[in-house]
Amino acid sequence: MSRSDGSVLTVASLRVVIALRHSTVRAVDDVSFTIAPGETVGLVGESGCGKTTIGLALLRLLPAGGRIVSGSVRLGGHELTTLDDEQMRAVRGDRIGIVFQDPLTSLNPTMTIGSQVGEPLRIHRGATARTARDRAAELLELVGLPSPSRQLDRYPHQLSGGMRQRVSLAAALACDPALLIADEPTTALDVTTQDQILELFSRLKREIGMAVLLITHDMGVVAGQADRVLVMYAGKLVEVGATDQVFYRTRHRYTQALLESIPTLTSSRAEALHSIPGQPPDLAHPPPGCRFAPRCAFMTDECRAAQPAMSGSQAHTFACIHPAEARA
Amino acid sequence: MSGAPLLELRDIVKEFPITSTVLQRRVGLVHAVSGVSLSVPAGSTLGLVGESGCGKTTVGRLIVGLDRPTAGSILFDGRDVSSLSGRERRRLHRDRQLVFQDPYASLDPRMRVGEIVREPLAIHHLGSRRQQRVAVQRLLEEVGLPPDAAARFPHEFSGGQRQRIGLARALALNPRLIVADEPVSALDVSIRSQVLNLMHDLQLRHDLTYVVISHDLTVVRYVSDLLGVMYLGKLVEVGDAEAVYARPTHPYTAALMATIPLPDPVRERAKPHGLIRGELPSATNPPPGCRFHTRCPRAADVCRIVEPPLRPFGERHHAACHFPLQDPVEGTSAA
Repeated sequence: MSRSDGSVLTVASLRVVIALRHSTVRAVDDVSFTIAPGETVGLVGESGCGKTTIGLALLRLLPAGGRIVSGSVRLGGHELTTLDDEQMRAVRGDRIGIVFQDPLTSLNPTMTIGSQVGEPLRIHRGATARTARDRAAELLELVGLPSPSRQLDRYPHQLSGGMRQRVSLAAALACDPALLIADEPTTALDVTTQDQILELFSRLKREIGMAVLLITHDMGVVAGQADRVLVMYAGKLVEVGATDQVFYRTRHRYTQALLESIPTLTSSRAEALHSIPGQPPDLAHPPPGCRFAPRCAFMTDECRAAQPAMSGSQAHTFACIHPAEARA
Repeated sequence: MSGAPLLELRDIVKEFPITSTVLQRRVGLVHAVSGVSLSVPAGSTLGLVGESGCGKTTVGRLIVGLDRPTAGSILFDGRDVSSLSGRERRRLHRDRQLVFQDPYASLDPRMRVGEIVREPLAIHHLGSRRQQRVAVQRLLEEVGLPPDAAARFPHEFSGGQRQRIGLARALALNPRLIVADEPVSALDVSIRSQVLNLMHDLQLRHDLTYVVISHDLTVVRYVSDLLGVMYLGKLVEVGDAEAVYARPTHPYTAALMATIPLPDPVRERAKPHGLIRGELPSATNPPPGCRFHTRCPRAADVCRIVEPPLRPFGERHHAACHFPLQDPVEGTSAA
């Protein structure tokens, strides 16, 4: 076992490109972060910022044309980027559990709930059909599926969206993974169902203490779930810190603008709704300086000249030349 | 906003038959909308909220005439449009336009943007081709798209810009009412407000009446004068948006508000979760009594048997609940 700093996951200088027909997109550009045992890390950003690509790169499930150019991904001290396909298959579903946005497409429609939840145990642990089935019932109970043993022989289409997401979570947890990657796990759900699933995540965190990479566009979901937050914009991490730091002592101008543009129930209708002008850059041809500069109200020539480096303290870093005032 | 109603729904019912694929026999009914009455003054915005399957989209389709109600009537500018036919019905169609949720699916990818926006004018034979092109340029400019947009295809535009194209198309016939079904749900939060602000500007400039349908109460808050909350085909609360947001009265409305994740870590962590238990019942066999009773934290025996009527809880504020969170207006207590 190689040296480890005690982190479950260590991602260092990760670069991912996706080759399209006429251009190459730099989807993830020099991204580094760690996840400690029992820690939930929220990776937030808007469509196309590269947050889902990071998740897929960790799992080595990048779409056609996508590849890791450089950097390192270490899970419990083991480098994942150099594993061959077979070795990687042994990691997925065993050491890393996965929950996607839409359980209807991520669950196999022709397999019963019981065999789907038990499948990782049969594949990775050589469990017998009987053992896998018994364990599946326990897992379904853990994720709060009502009358779990009666659900084993049902099919995904017979369940509601919320119940399906519980089933995919049960399957992801089957082998007691070191890391759970949850990509927009509640985005396809109604708010009252989302609330139930978020409650489940909080309970599992208390009971199992798993490490979670929570990928989402929803700052509210991150606020309630994450211990630390990674804010991503146009392929780069722009602000990283403890959740309260990022929300209450926001430094990066993108994070600030993003938080201001979220409508809330308490803000009055009379107030003008903040928006961020323009749209994110084309990552085939990213701007030379700060990637947020073209949309930033605080932009100067300096911002367009060179990419700002990460600065700040160990607990809270940001890549901004004109950061918001650090409030006491 | 205090003007005469431009739109009035009177006890609207919409049921969809379920036919068995084998015998083509009717085997059941989806009770999509079960007796909804609403009134929207000219120039104002009604926000219609609720979760999947509550019937809000069906109400929107009925309002613009894409579906006909099973029972009840829809009055537009005082005239019953659910019973009109032929030319008169078509003419009144022009006054009611729909903007769809998914700007990727609702624009024909093989048509140039100029043609997409011109199409409604061509269908209704309004003006010469030349006049129509001029109108298209004016519309594109109005929704904030560059002049060269007309010659380009939808895929060349971002989600926010496509929703602008959808708005330009809806505006082409100079409608009086626009039904916008989840107009910003597919958009990123930083882009959402651009589109909502544009909708607000267009409303003022054209004296438009809006019905904005959304699952998201925070989005609706910014645009609505009136707010209606639907659950399983029923209107459970309706009123002045300010009053409903300040004093949610139906437990379902309160739950919808409480379950929105707050971008405020301390408050979000402290808030109770999982208040609304269980699953949405089937619309083919809705529960008796109050339809929300199977999931309601306040439900008692009466809720399982007696359907609560809408009762007043203030001027222009009604809710249908036996155990409301606010006191009803004096003299109207029923529970």
